[in-house]
Amino acid sequence: MAGIVAYGSYIPYNRLDRQTIGQALGVAGGRGARAVASYDEDTTSMAAEAALAALATAPDGISPSALYFSTADPAYLDKTNATAIHAALGLGHEAFAVDMVGAVRSGAGALRAGLDSAEPTLVCLSDVRTGLPGGADEAAGGDGAVAFLCAREGPVIAEFLGSSSTSAEFLDRWRLPGESTSRVWEERFGEFVYVPLAQQALQKAMQMFGVNLEHIDHLVATGVHPRALRTVLAGAGVRKEVIANDLSATVGNTGTAHFGLMLADVLDRAEPNQLVTVLLIADGATAMFFRTTDAIAAYHARRTVQEQIATGRPGLSYESFLTWRNMLKREPPRRPDPDRPGSPPSFRSEAWKYGFCGSRCEACGARHLPPARVCVHCHTTDKMKLERLTDVPATIATFTIDRLAYSPSPPMVAAVLDFDGGGRFQCELTDVDPDKLAIGQRVEMTFRRLYSAEGIHNYFWKARPVRSNN
Amino acid sequence: MGSRGICDRVAIVGMGCTQFGEHWDKSVDDMLVDAAGDACRSAGVSQDAIDAYWLGTMGSGVSGLTLSRPLKINYKPVSRLENMCATGSESFRNACYAVASGAYDIAMAIGAEKLKDSGYSGLVSAAPPNDGTPAQISAPASFSFLAPAYCKKYGVDAAKLKEVMTRIAWKNHKNGALNPRAQFRKEVPMETIAASPLVAGSLGIFDCSGVSDGSAAAIVVRAEDAHKYTDKPLYVKALSFVAGPARGPVEQDYDYTTFDEVVASAKDAYQQAGISDPRKQLAMAEVHDCFTPTELVLMEDLEFSSRGKAWEDVLAGTFDLDGEMPVNPDGGLKSFGHPIGASGLRMLFEAWLQLRGEAGKRQISNGKKLALTHNLGGAPGACVSFISIVGAEKDA
Repeated sequence: MAGIVAYGSYIPYNRLDRQTIGQALGVAGGRGARAVASYDEDTTSMAAEAALAALATAPDGISPSALYFSTADPAYLDKTNATAIHAALGLGHEAFAVDMVGAVRSGAGALRAGLDSAEPTLVCLSDVRTGLPGGADEAAGGDGAVAFLCAREGPVIAEFLGSSSTSAEFLDRWRLPGESTSRVWEERFGEFVYVPLAQQALQKAMQMFGVNLEHIDHLVATGVHPRALRTVLAGAGVRKEVIANDLSATVGNTGTAHFGLMLADVLDRAEPNQLVTVLLIADGATAMFFRTTDAIAAYHARRTVQEQIATGRPGLSYESFLTWRNMLKREPPRRPDPDRPGSPPSFRSEAWKYGFCGSRCEACGARHLPPARVCVHCHTTDKMKLERLTDVPATIATFTIDRLAYSPSPPMVAAVLDFDGGGRFQCELTDVDPDKLAIGQRVEMTFRRLYSAEGIHNYFWKARPVRSNN
Repeated sequence: MGSRGICDRVAIVGMGCTQFGEHWDKSVDDMLVDAAGDACRSAGVSQDAIDAYWLGTMGSGVSGLTLSRPLKINYKPVSRLENMCATGSESFRNACYAVASGAYDIAMAIGAEKLKDSGYSGLVSAAPPNDGTPAQISAPASFSFLAPAYCKKYGVDAAKLKEVMTRIAWKNHKNGALNPRAQFRKEVPMETIAASPLVAGSLGIFDCSGVSDGSAAAIVVRAEDAHKYTDKPLYVKALSFVAGPARGPVEQDYDYTTFDEVVASAKDAYQQAGISDPRKQLAMAEVHDCFTPTELVLMEDLEFSSRGKAWEDVLAGTFDLDGEMPVNPDGGLKSFGHPIGASGLRMLFEAWLQLRGEAGKRQISNGKKLALTHNLGGAPGACVSFISIVGAEKDA
C-alpha cells in the first residue's frame, strides 16, 4: 500500500490583518488575516520546519531516500534548494534531494512523484506569496509550508488511490524570472478555460476509482483561480459540509503549498476509512484521491494546522510586512553590512550550520556548541561524538536587545541558551516579543535565513519561545 | 616553569600622546609622527637612537611599514601586532621584553588607530571568512549581559544598578573634563547619562565608550640606563597577559559576573610586583571601561572591591579622583574613546603623568608610588586581559 505515513505543516508566526492594508492605502482591505513569513524566513527555511515536523512523527525505520522540494518562489536558481532542507534534517548525504520549482502546479507534481516513488520520499511544499501593494495577490496570499513522507511500506495513514490531470497552455497567471510579483489576465477568461479542465480531471478520476461525489468525505479544493473553483464546486453539486476549509480567513492562499496545507488540516481530524479528494486548479487541473486507514486514529501531527493558526501573532504592521518583502526600502543602521558566509567554511560545518549538531566529550561528557575537537572542560582531544540538538529545548541564561547590530528587522534580540542535558550557545531569538523576555524562559530551535549578503543566503538556527500549547 | 616577570629591569623614559578625537584633518601617518616625535622629545633622544619598534594597531595598517614609512625609519626592526583591545598594551609588553633580554638598548612601543574614517558607528572589524553561524551581536550587547547577571547574583535591583552604571560614566566624564587630551572634555549630568537612548540591554549611549582617533608612544630602556634620559623614570613592575579558553559562551557554569581572564592576569601581575593589597598599595588604576558594567566588574576582578561589593564602593565614591583608590583619573575610554592600538599606551601615559607629578588639575597626591593599567579584549567569558604595574621607584 502506497501513501502518506507522516506529515508536518508549518505556518509562520506573524499575521497581517487585511484591514491594515486598507487603512494604509485607503482601499478596501478585505476580511481576515494572512500568514506572513518573517524577515528571516523563506521557502527553504519554512520547508525545513515542516519537514522536521513530519520526520518527528515518522514511523520507526522509515527514513526518506529522496526529498522533493516544490515552490514557486525558490531562494536560489541554478542551485538546488532541497539540499539545504535535507541538510537541516541531518540525514547525511545518502539521498536524492531535488527541486521542482517555478509554478504552483509543481507542488502537485512533487507529491505525485513522491507517492509513485519506490523508496520512502519526503515531499516538501512551501511558498511565500507576494503581490504589489493594494492588489488581490498581496491580500489573498499567505505563506506556509507542508511536508509529506510517502512510503510503500509501514503504517500508511492515507492510502493513495491515484490521480488524474488535465493540462492546457494559456496565460492566466505568470511571472518572468527576476520579478517579485506575478501578472494575471482578465479573471473571466481564466474561468472560461479552467472550469472544463477541472471538471474533466475530477470526472476522469472518479471513473477510474469507481466513486462518485457522494462518496467523498473531504474535498480539498484550491488553486490559482478562486472564481473558477467556485463555479466548478457549485456546478458539481458537492455537499457543502465535505468541502474543506480553504484557510483564506486565517492563513491566505499559500500557493504551491496550499493544497498540501489544506490536506494536512483535513488529516489532522480525519477518521479511518474516509475518502479524501484533492482538486488543484493550476495550468490545468489535478484530482488526487486518498483513503484514510486505521493507522490514522493513532497518528498525531506534531502541531496541527489549527493549533498554529490559534497561536499566531496578530498585529503585524503593514510597514513591517512591506519591509520584510523588500517592497519598502528603509534606511539601514550606520553599521557595515554583514559579511557573506564563505562557501568552503559552510561546507565544512554542514553538520553544525544546517544540522545543528554539537559534540559531546566521551571522556567527561561536556557538550560543545559548535562542535569542538578539544574539550573545554577536560582538554581531551578528538574524543567527541556528534549530537543533534534541533529538538533539545533550552533555557535563557541571559539575553539582550541589541539596537546597534545589523539586522534585517532591528533590534536584534540575542540570548545565551543553556540546553537541557548540557551545552551553552549564544544566538539570535526570533518570533519573540522583547517586552516579554525573561531569564529562565524556555526556548526551542528553529531553522532560519539569518540574512542574505552578496547573493548568499545565510541559513542557520535561531531560538524561539516554546509556544504555550506545544 | 612559571611567570617570573621582569620587575625593575626596564624603565619608561619618555612618552607621547596625541589628543584623542575626531581627527578629520589627520591621517594615521600624521598621528604616528606626532606621538613618536613627542615620545622622543620627552626622552631627549633622536629617532635614530631607537633600536627597535613595536607598533600596535588593529585595523589601521599591516606590517612594520605602517610605521617605518611615515617615520622614514632607517632599516630597523619594526613589529606590527594586534591583540584585540589590548593591542597598544601588547606593543608595550613586547618592547619591554626586548629591552630586558638585552637584545636592544632603546625600544619604542607605539600604538595608533584611525576609527573615524570608516563612516560607521562603533567599532568595525572584518572577520576571516566563516560559516555565518557566530552570533553577530555588537560589543555593547555582549557586555550588556553583565548587568542583569550581576543584579541576579548579588540581589541588586536593576534600577540601583543603573544608578551605579550612571555614576561610573559620570565620574569618568568628570575626570575627562580636566584632561586637555580627552575626546570629551565636559562633565555630563547624571540625569543626562541615565536618560540617554538605549544601545543594548540596559546600556544607554553614555554607558558606552566613544569612538575616536589617537596615538600614543613610550620609550623603554634597561632600568640601569634610565637616569641617562630622565630624572623621573617609571619602572616596569609587572606585565601580565592572559588569553582564555573562551569557555563562557559554551559552559553553563559561567555566570557573566566576572572575567576569568582578568582574575588570572591580576593574580599574575600582583605576584610579579609583590603586591598583596592593591587597593591600599596602588596610587591609581586605569582600567578598560569600554562599557560601564565592565568597569564595575573589573573592580572586583582586580581585587579593589570584594565580590558583590563593587557597586557599593562605586556609589561611595571610592574610585573618584579624590577617593580612596582613583580609577580612570584621565577620564578613561569614556572620555577618550577607544582607538584600539592607542588605548593601552594612553592609559600608561596617565600613569606617567601622575607618578611624575605632572597631571595638573587631575594630580593625585595620595603619596603612593604604584599605578596599574588594564585592558581587556573580546567579550565576557571569551577574552584577553592585560595588566601592567609601573612604579616611580625601584624596589630596594
